[in-house]
Amino acid sequence: MKDNGKVRLATVWLDGCSGCHMSLLDTDERLIDLAQHVQVLWGALVDSKEFPEEVDVTLVEGAVSSEEDLHRIKLIRSRTKLLVSLGDCAVTGNVPAMRNKFGADAVLKRAYLENATLDAQIPREIIPALLPHTRPVHELVTVDIHIPGCPPPADLIFSVLNDLVQGRTPRVVAKFG
Amino acid sequence: MKTAAKVKTLTIDGVEVGAREDQTILEVAREHKIHIPTLCWMGGLSNVGACRICLVEVKGVNKLLPACVTRIQEGMEVTVHSERLARYRRQILELLFAERNHVCSVCVSNGHCELQAMAMALEVTHVHYPYQYPKLPVDASHERFVADHNRCILCTRCVRVCDEIEGAHTWDVMARGADCRVITDLAEPWGTSESCTGCGKCVQICPTGALSEKGKSVAEMSKRRQFLPYLTLMREGKHER
Repeated sequence: MKDNGKVRLATVWLDGCSGCHMSLLDTDERLIDLAQHVQVLWGALVDSKEFPEEVDVTLVEGAVSSEEDLHRIKLIRSRTKLLVSLGDCAVTGNVPAMRNKFGADAVLKRAYLENATLDAQIPREIIPALLPHTRPVHELVTVDIHIPGCPPPADLIFSVLNDLVQGRTPRVVAKFG
Repeated sequence: MKTAAKVKTLTIDGVEVGAREDQTILEVAREHKIHIPTLCWMGGLSNVGACRICLVEVKGVNKLLPACVTRIQEGMEVTVHSERLARYRRQILELLFAERNHVCSVCVSNGHCELQAMAMALEVTHVHYPYQYPKLPVDASHERFVADHNRCILCTRCVRVCDEIEGAHTWDVMARGADCRVITDLAEPWGTSESCTGCGKCVQICPTGALSEKGKSVAEMSKRRQFLPYLTLMREGKHER
Protein backbone atom coordinates (compact mmCIF):
# COMPACT_ATOMS: atom_id res chain seq x y z
CA MET A 1 0.00 0.00 0.00
CA LYS A 2 1.37 3.38 -0.96
CA ASP A 3 0.85 6.80 0.62
CA ASN A 4 -2.77 7.28 -0.47
CA GLY A 5 -3.77 4.21 1.55
CA LYS A 6 -5.19 2.44 -1.48
CA VAL A 7 -4.49 -1.14 -2.48
CA ARG A 8 -2.36 -1.18 -5.62
CA LEU A 9 -4.15 -3.56 -7.99
CA ALA A 10 -3.17 -5.02 -11.34
CA THR A 11 -4.85 -7.52 -13.64
CA VAL A 12 -3.16 -9.53 -16.37
CA TRP A 13 -4.39 -11.62 -19.24
CA LEU A 14 -2.31 -14.62 -20.28
CA ASP A 15 -3.72 -17.59 -22.25
CA GLY A 16 -7.43 -17.15 -21.61
CA CYS A 17 -10.49 -15.84 -23.41
CA SER A 18 -10.90 -12.61 -21.34
CA GLY A 19 -14.10 -14.05 -19.85
CA CYS A 20 -12.71 -13.71 -16.32
CA HIS A 21 -12.10 -10.01 -16.94
CA MET A 22 -15.68 -9.77 -18.25
CA SER A 23 -16.88 -11.42 -15.04
CA LEU A 24 -14.86 -8.87 -13.03
CA LEU A 25 -16.66 -6.10 -14.95
CA ASP A 26 -19.94 -7.86 -14.17
CA THR A 27 -19.52 -6.74 -10.56
CA ASP A 28 -21.16 -3.63 -12.05
CA GLU A 29 -21.72 -0.66 -9.72
CA ARG A 30 -19.79 -2.37 -6.94
CA LEU A 31 -16.68 -1.45 -8.94
CA ILE A 32 -17.33 2.14 -7.89
CA ASP A 33 -17.17 1.11 -4.23
CA LEU A 34 -14.03 -0.88 -4.89
CA ALA A 35 -12.47 2.10 -6.64
CA GLN A 36 -12.55 3.96 -3.31
CA HIS A 37 -10.12 1.41 -1.95
CA VAL A 38 -7.97 0.40 -4.89
CA GLN A 39 -5.70 2.06 -7.35
CA VAL A 40 -5.63 0.15 -10.64
CA LEU A 41 -2.06 0.26 -11.87
CA TRP A 42 -2.31 -2.11 -14.76
CA GLY A 43 -4.91 -4.08 -16.66
CA ALA A 44 -5.39 -6.35 -19.62
CA LEU A 45 -5.94 -3.44 -21.99
CA VAL A 46 -3.47 -0.79 -20.78
CA ASP A 47 -1.05 0.51 -23.36
CA SER A 48 2.01 0.63 -21.13
CA LYS A 49 4.40 -2.20 -21.94
CA GLU A 50 6.17 -2.50 -18.61
CA PHE A 51 4.42 -4.13 -15.65
CA PRO A 52 4.60 -1.74 -12.67
CA GLU A 53 6.81 -2.35 -9.66
CA GLU A 54 5.45 -2.84 -6.16
CA VAL A 55 1.94 -4.09 -6.77
CA ASP A 56 -0.15 -5.26 -3.81
CA VAL A 57 -2.59 -7.58 -5.59
CA THR A 58 -2.44 -9.00 -9.12
CA LEU A 59 -5.28 -10.99 -10.62
CA VAL A 60 -4.02 -13.38 -13.31
CA GLU A 61 -6.39 -14.64 -15.94
CA GLY A 62 -5.21 -17.40 -18.26
CA ALA A 63 -2.78 -20.28 -18.33
CA VAL A 64 0.93 -20.09 -19.09
CA SER A 65 1.28 -21.23 -22.71
CA SER A 66 4.11 -19.31 -24.37
CA GLU A 67 7.63 -18.19 -23.54
CA GLU A 68 6.24 -14.66 -23.26
CA ASP A 69 3.62 -15.81 -20.72
CA LEU A 70 6.35 -17.51 -18.69
CA HIS A 71 8.58 -14.44 -18.76
CA ARG A 72 5.68 -12.18 -17.78
CA ILE A 73 4.38 -14.32 -14.93
CA LYS A 74 7.85 -14.53 -13.36
CA LEU A 75 8.25 -10.75 -13.58
CA ILE A 76 4.74 -10.21 -12.23
CA ARG A 77 5.38 -12.56 -9.33
CA SER A 78 8.57 -10.74 -8.40
CA ARG A 79 6.71 -7.42 -8.33
CA THR A 80 3.50 -8.56 -6.61
CA LYS A 81 2.82 -9.11 -2.94
CA LEU A 82 -0.30 -11.24 -3.41
CA LEU A 83 -0.87 -13.18 -6.59
CA VAL A 84 -4.40 -14.40 -7.37
CA SER A 85 -5.13 -17.07 -10.00
CA LEU A 86 -8.43 -15.94 -11.48
CA GLY A 87 -10.48 -18.58 -13.28
CA ASP A 88 -9.98 -22.10 -14.52
CA CYS A 89 -7.29 -21.39 -17.16
CA ALA A 90 -4.99 -19.91 -14.51
CA VAL A 91 -6.05 -22.48 -11.89
CA THR A 92 -6.21 -25.72 -13.92
CA GLY A 93 -4.95 -24.98 -17.43
CA ASN A 94 -8.52 -25.58 -18.62
CA VAL A 95 -9.18 -25.39 -22.39
CA PRO A 96 -5.73 -24.01 -23.40
CA ALA A 97 -4.17 -27.08 -21.73
CA MET A 98 -6.24 -29.48 -23.84
CA ARG A 99 -3.45 -29.28 -26.40
CA ASN A 100 -1.06 -30.94 -23.95
CA LYS A 101 -2.29 -34.35 -25.05
CA PHE A 102 -1.04 -33.68 -28.58
CA GLY A 103 1.92 -31.34 -28.10
CA ALA A 104 2.66 -27.84 -29.42
CA ASP A 105 3.90 -28.99 -32.83
CA ALA A 106 0.69 -30.82 -33.68
CA VAL A 107 -1.36 -27.75 -32.71
CA LEU A 108 0.75 -25.36 -34.81
CA LYS A 109 0.62 -27.73 -37.76
CA ARG A 110 -3.14 -27.99 -37.50
CA ALA A 111 -3.68 -24.24 -37.20
CA TYR A 112 -1.12 -22.85 -39.60
CA LEU A 113 -0.54 -25.60 -42.18
CA GLU A 114 -3.53 -27.92 -42.45
CA ASN A 115 -6.16 -25.21 -42.11
CA ALA A 116 -4.37 -22.44 -44.02
CA THR A 117 -5.36 -21.77 -47.60
CA LEU A 118 -2.76 -19.22 -48.63
CA ASP A 119 1.00 -19.25 -48.07
CA ALA A 120 0.80 -21.80 -45.27
CA GLN A 121 3.67 -21.44 -42.80
CA ILE A 122 4.26 -21.68 -39.08
CA PRO A 123 5.13 -18.21 -37.72
CA ARG A 124 8.66 -18.10 -36.25
CA GLU A 125 9.00 -14.34 -35.61
CA ILE A 126 7.16 -11.69 -33.56
CA ILE A 127 4.64 -14.19 -32.16
CA PRO A 128 6.02 -15.76 -28.95
CA ALA A 129 6.96 -19.44 -29.20
CA LEU A 130 4.62 -21.92 -27.56
CA LEU A 131 5.92 -23.88 -24.58
CA PRO A 132 5.77 -27.68 -24.98
CA HIS A 133 2.94 -27.74 -22.42
CA THR A 134 0.36 -25.24 -21.21
CA ARG A 135 0.57 -25.04 -17.43
CA PRO A 136 -1.57 -23.65 -14.61
CA VAL A 137 0.07 -20.61 -13.02
CA HIS A 138 0.84 -22.28 -9.67
CA GLU A 139 2.97 -24.96 -11.35
CA LEU A 140 5.44 -22.20 -12.32
CA VAL A 141 5.27 -19.52 -9.62
CA THR A 142 3.81 -19.38 -6.11
CA VAL A 143 0.14 -18.43 -6.12
CA ASP A 144 -1.48 -17.08 -2.96
CA ILE A 145 -5.19 -17.39 -3.75
CA HIS A 146 -7.03 -19.54 -6.30
CA ILE A 147 -10.45 -18.63 -7.65
CA PRO A 148 -11.75 -21.47 -9.84
CA GLY A 149 -14.63 -21.10 -12.28
CA CYS A 150 -15.12 -20.62 -16.00
CA PRO A 151 -15.58 -17.80 -15.43
CA PRO A 152 -15.71 -17.32 -11.64
CA PRO A 153 -19.04 -15.66 -10.76
CA ALA A 154 -18.89 -11.87 -10.39
CA ASP A 155 -20.15 -12.13 -6.80
CA LEU A 156 -17.24 -14.38 -5.89
CA ILE A 157 -14.65 -12.11 -7.50
CA PHE A 158 -16.14 -9.14 -5.70
CA SER A 159 -16.20 -10.89 -2.32
CA VAL A 160 -12.55 -11.92 -2.68
CA LEU A 161 -11.47 -8.41 -3.71
CA ASN A 162 -13.59 -6.88 -0.98
CA ASP A 163 -12.02 -9.16 1.64
CA LEU A 164 -8.56 -8.25 0.38
CA VAL A 165 -9.10 -4.48 0.50
CA GLN A 166 -10.58 -4.85 3.98
CA GLY A 167 -7.52 -6.80 5.07
CA ARG A 168 -9.31 -10.13 5.51
CA THR A 169 -8.17 -13.52 4.18
CA PRO A 170 -10.81 -14.64 1.71
CA ARG A 171 -12.30 -18.13 1.96
CA VAL A 172 -12.94 -19.37 -1.56
CA VAL A 173 -15.69 -21.96 -2.06
CA ALA A 174 -16.28 -22.39 -5.78
CA LYS A 175 -16.58 -25.06 -8.41
CA PHE A 176 -14.31 -25.78 -11.34
CA GLY A 177 -15.99 -25.16 -14.68
CA MET B 1 -36.24 -68.16 9.23
CA LYS B 2 -33.76 -65.45 9.90
CA THR B 3 -31.38 -65.51 12.80
CA ALA B 4 -31.32 -62.22 14.63
CA ALA B 5 -28.14 -60.29 13.90
CA LYS B 6 -26.13 -59.36 16.92
CA VAL B 7 -26.14 -55.76 17.99
CA LYS B 8 -22.85 -54.03 18.68
CA THR B 9 -22.08 -50.64 20.12
CA LEU B 10 -19.46 -48.22 18.93
CA THR B 11 -18.79 -44.48 18.80
CA ILE B 12 -18.69 -42.31 15.70
CA ASP B 13 -17.20 -38.86 16.28
CA GLY B 14 -17.85 -39.39 19.98
CA VAL B 15 -21.51 -40.28 19.53
CA GLU B 16 -22.48 -43.65 20.98
CA VAL B 17 -24.42 -45.74 18.49
CA GLY B 18 -25.79 -49.27 18.32
CA ALA B 19 -25.87 -51.24 15.07
CA ARG B 20 -26.17 -54.72 13.60
CA GLU B 21 -22.84 -56.53 13.38
CA ASP B 22 -23.17 -56.99 9.60
CA GLN B 23 -23.35 -53.25 8.95
CA THR B 24 -20.56 -51.06 7.63
CA ILE B 25 -19.31 -47.89 9.27
CA LEU B 26 -20.82 -45.91 6.38
CA GLU B 27 -24.29 -47.45 6.81
CA VAL B 28 -24.30 -46.83 10.54
CA ALA B 29 -23.06 -43.26 10.13
CA ARG B 30 -25.81 -42.53 7.58
CA GLU B 31 -28.47 -44.00 9.86
CA HIS B 32 -27.35 -41.53 12.49
CA LYS B 33 -27.20 -38.58 10.08
CA ILE B 34 -23.42 -38.39 10.31
CA HIS B 35 -22.15 -37.36 6.90
CA ILE B 36 -19.23 -39.20 5.29
CA PRO B 37 -18.41 -38.06 1.74
CA THR B 38 -18.46 -40.79 -0.95
CA LEU B 39 -17.92 -41.01 -4.71
CA CYS B 40 -17.89 -44.67 -5.80
CA TRP B 41 -20.60 -45.72 -3.33
CA MET B 42 -24.11 -46.11 -4.72
CA GLY B 43 -27.06 -47.39 -2.74
CA GLY B 44 -28.36 -50.64 -4.22
CA LEU B 45 -24.97 -51.77 -5.53
CA SER B 46 -22.18 -53.73 -3.87
CA ASN B 47 -19.47 -51.76 -2.06
CA VAL B 48 -15.93 -51.78 -3.46
CA GLY B 49 -13.97 -49.02 -1.71
CA ALA B 50 -12.59 -47.82 -5.04
CA CYS B 51 -12.42 -44.07 -4.54
CA ARG B 52 -11.14 -43.87 -0.92
CA ILE B 53 -13.00 -40.61 -0.29
CA CYS B 54 -14.86 -42.22 2.64
CA LEU B 55 -11.66 -42.95 4.59
CA VAL B 56 -12.11 -42.78 8.37
CA GLU B 57 -9.91 -43.15 11.44
CA VAL B 58 -10.42 -46.09 13.80
CA LYS B 59 -8.73 -45.90 17.17
CA GLY B 60 -5.97 -48.50 17.51
CA VAL B 61 -5.62 -49.00 13.75
CA ASN B 62 -2.70 -47.04 12.34
CA LYS B 63 -4.00 -46.85 8.79
CA LEU B 64 -7.12 -45.18 7.47
CA LEU B 65 -10.05 -47.43 6.56
CA PRO B 66 -12.73 -46.95 3.88
CA ALA B 67 -16.05 -46.64 5.71
CA CYS B 68 -18.07 -48.24 2.89
CA VAL B 69 -16.36 -51.65 3.18
CA THR B 70 -15.38 -51.72 6.86
CA ARG B 71 -17.69 -53.72 9.12
CA ILE B 72 -18.33 -52.38 12.59
CA GLN B 73 -16.91 -54.03 15.68
CA GLU B 74 -17.80 -53.91 19.35
CA GLY B 75 -16.23 -50.93 21.07
CA MET B 76 -14.90 -49.39 17.86
CA GLU B 77 -14.03 -45.70 18.15
CA VAL B 78 -14.48 -44.12 14.72
CA THR B 79 -13.56 -40.59 13.69
CA VAL B 80 -15.09 -39.35 10.45
CA HIS B 81 -14.24 -35.64 10.73
CA SER B 82 -10.71 -34.47 11.47
CA GLU B 83 -8.12 -32.14 9.95
CA ARG B 84 -6.06 -35.15 8.90
CA LEU B 85 -9.00 -36.83 7.13
CA ALA B 86 -10.00 -33.60 5.41
CA ARG B 87 -6.44 -33.26 4.13
CA TYR B 88 -6.31 -36.81 2.82
CA ARG B 89 -9.73 -36.56 1.19
CA ARG B 90 -8.64 -33.38 -0.60
CA GLN B 91 -5.44 -35.10 -1.74
CA ILE B 92 -7.34 -38.10 -3.09
CA LEU B 93 -9.70 -35.81 -4.97
CA GLU B 94 -6.83 -33.76 -6.37
CA LEU B 95 -5.14 -36.95 -7.59
CA LEU B 96 -8.35 -37.90 -9.39
CA PHE B 97 -8.34 -34.53 -11.15
CA ALA B 98 -4.62 -34.74 -12.01
CA GLU B 99 -4.88 -38.29 -13.33
CA ARG B 100 -7.20 -37.65 -16.31
CA ASN B 101 -8.40 -34.75 -18.43
CA HIS B 102 -11.34 -33.38 -16.48
CA VAL B 103 -11.93 -30.08 -18.23
CA CYS B 104 -15.09 -29.13 -16.34
CA SER B 105 -15.85 -26.04 -18.40
CA VAL B 106 -16.42 -28.04 -21.58
CA CYS B 107 -17.95 -31.19 -20.05
CA VAL B 108 -21.43 -32.51 -20.80
CA SER B 109 -21.89 -32.97 -17.05
CA ASN B 110 -20.71 -29.49 -16.00
CA GLY B 111 -22.97 -28.45 -13.13
CA HIS B 112 -24.33 -31.99 -12.62
CA CYS B 113 -21.10 -33.79 -11.80
CA GLU B 114 -20.38 -35.53 -8.51
CA LEU B 115 -16.61 -35.07 -8.85
CA GLN B 116 -17.04 -31.34 -9.44
CA ALA B 117 -19.50 -31.06 -6.55
CA MET B 118 -17.17 -32.99 -4.26
CA ALA B 119 -14.29 -30.61 -5.06
CA MET B 120 -16.50 -27.73 -3.99
CA ALA B 121 -17.76 -29.54 -0.87
CA LEU B 122 -14.20 -30.32 0.24
CA GLU B 123 -13.09 -26.79 -0.68
CA VAL B 124 -10.51 -27.88 -3.23
CA THR B 125 -9.59 -24.70 -5.09
CA HIS B 126 -6.65 -26.07 -7.06
CA VAL B 127 -4.69 -29.24 -7.69
CA HIS B 128 -1.23 -29.45 -6.08
CA TYR B 129 -0.08 -32.34 -8.28
CA PRO B 130 1.11 -31.97 -11.87
CA TYR B 131 -1.62 -32.83 -14.35
CA GLN B 132 -0.80 -35.98 -16.32
CA TYR B 133 -2.67 -35.21 -19.58
CA PRO B 134 -2.96 -38.89 -20.60
CA LYS B 135 -3.97 -39.64 -24.17
CA LEU B 136 -7.28 -41.43 -23.76
CA PRO B 137 -9.91 -42.48 -26.26
CA VAL B 138 -13.53 -41.38 -26.61
CA ASP B 139 -15.74 -44.28 -27.70
CA ALA B 140 -18.72 -42.91 -29.62
CA SER B 141 -19.44 -46.15 -31.47
CA HIS B 142 -22.66 -46.84 -29.57
CA GLU B 143 -25.86 -45.70 -31.22
CA ARG B 144 -27.10 -43.71 -28.21
CA PHE B 145 -24.24 -43.34 -25.73
CA VAL B 146 -20.67 -42.05 -25.49
CA ALA B 147 -17.81 -43.24 -23.26
CA ASP B 148 -15.22 -40.53 -22.65
CA HIS B 149 -12.32 -42.09 -20.76
CA ASN B 150 -10.81 -38.65 -20.14
CA ARG B 151 -13.50 -38.08 -17.53
CA CYS B 152 -13.61 -41.51 -15.88
CA ILE B 153 -12.62 -41.82 -12.21
CA LEU B 154 -12.75 -45.65 -12.20
CA CYS B 155 -15.47 -45.77 -9.56
CA THR B 156 -16.79 -48.94 -11.30
CA ARG B 157 -20.42 -48.00 -10.75
CA CYS B 158 -21.06 -48.84 -14.44
CA VAL B 159 -19.42 -52.25 -14.00
CA ARG B 160 -21.49 -53.01 -10.92
CA VAL B 161 -24.85 -51.78 -12.17
CA CYS B 162 -24.43 -53.70 -15.44
CA ASP B 163 -23.54 -56.90 -13.62
CA GLU B 164 -25.69 -56.70 -10.51
CA ILE B 165 -28.85 -55.00 -11.73
CA GLU B 166 -29.04 -55.42 -15.50
CA GLY B 167 -27.29 -58.81 -15.44
CA ALA B 168 -25.45 -58.18 -18.70
CA HIS B 169 -21.88 -57.70 -17.41
CA THR B 170 -20.90 -55.72 -20.49
CA TRP B 171 -18.59 -53.46 -18.49
CA ASP B 172 -15.43 -54.59 -16.77
CA VAL B 173 -12.03 -53.24 -15.78
CA MET B 174 -8.81 -53.66 -17.75
CA ALA B 175 -5.12 -53.18 -16.82
CA ARG B 176 -3.61 -51.63 -13.72
CA GLY B 177 -2.36 -48.32 -12.35
CA ALA B 178 -2.38 -45.40 -14.77
CA ASP B 179 -3.36 -47.74 -17.62
CA CYS B 180 -6.50 -48.95 -15.85
CA ARG B 181 -9.68 -48.47 -17.87
CA VAL B 182 -13.29 -49.55 -17.94
CA ILE B 183 -14.05 -51.63 -21.02
CA THR B 184 -17.05 -53.04 -22.85
CA ASP B 185 -16.94 -56.78 -23.57
CA LEU B 186 -13.32 -57.77 -24.24
CA ALA B 187 -12.14 -54.17 -24.80
CA GLU B 188 -14.18 -53.92 -27.98
CA PRO B 189 -16.06 -50.84 -29.22
CA TRP B 190 -19.23 -50.29 -27.20
CA GLY B 191 -21.24 -50.08 -30.41
CA THR B 192 -20.38 -53.63 -31.44
CA SER B 193 -20.80 -55.13 -27.98
CA GLU B 194 -23.00 -58.22 -28.15
CA SER B 195 -23.79 -58.28 -24.45
CA CYS B 196 -24.92 -54.64 -24.09
CA THR B 197 -28.71 -54.37 -23.91
CA GLY B 198 -28.64 -50.60 -24.41
CA CYS B 199 -30.52 -50.08 -21.13
CA GLY B 200 -28.47 -47.00 -20.23
CA LYS B 201 -28.21 -47.70 -16.49
CA CYS B 202 -24.44 -47.25 -16.63
CA VAL B 203 -24.91 -43.81 -18.18
CA GLN B 204 -27.43 -42.65 -15.59
CA ILE B 205 -25.32 -43.89 -12.70
CA CYS B 206 -21.95 -42.52 -13.86
CA PRO B 207 -20.90 -39.75 -11.44
CA THR B 208 -19.08 -37.68 -14.08
CA GLY B 209 -19.31 -36.97 -17.80
CA ALA B 210 -17.48 -40.21 -18.64
CA LEU B 211 -20.68 -41.88 -19.80
CA SER B 212 -23.28 -39.69 -21.45
CA GLU B 213 -26.16 -39.70 -23.89
CA LYS B 214 -25.40 -38.70 -27.45
CA GLY B 215 -26.58 -35.27 -28.52
CA LYS B 216 -25.92 -33.63 -25.17
CA SER B 217 -23.77 -30.52 -25.24
CA VAL B 218 -21.82 -28.77 -22.46
CA ALA B 219 -23.68 -28.88 -19.12
CA GLU B 220 -26.71 -30.59 -20.65
CA MET B 221 -26.19 -34.09 -19.24
CA SER B 222 -28.02 -34.41 -15.94
CA LYS B 223 -28.39 -37.99 -14.76
CA ARG B 224 -31.50 -39.78 -13.55
CA ARG B 225 -30.55 -41.90 -10.56
CA GLN B 226 -33.99 -42.52 -9.08
CA PHE B 227 -34.46 -45.87 -10.79
CA LEU B 228 -31.77 -47.69 -8.85
CA PRO B 229 -33.11 -48.04 -5.28
CA TYR B 230 -36.47 -48.98 -6.80
CA LEU B 231 -34.98 -51.72 -8.99
CA THR B 232 -32.96 -53.15 -6.12
CA LEU B 233 -35.96 -53.15 -3.86
CA MET B 234 -38.07 -55.01 -6.41
CA ARG B 235 -35.37 -57.56 -7.18
CA GLU B 236 -34.75 -58.37 -3.55
CA GLY B 237 -38.45 -58.52 -2.80
CA LYS B 238 -37.97 -56.08 0.05
CA HIS B 239 -41.09 -54.16 -0.95
CA GLU B 240 -43.23 -57.00 0.42
CA ARG B 241 -41.88 -56.70 3.93
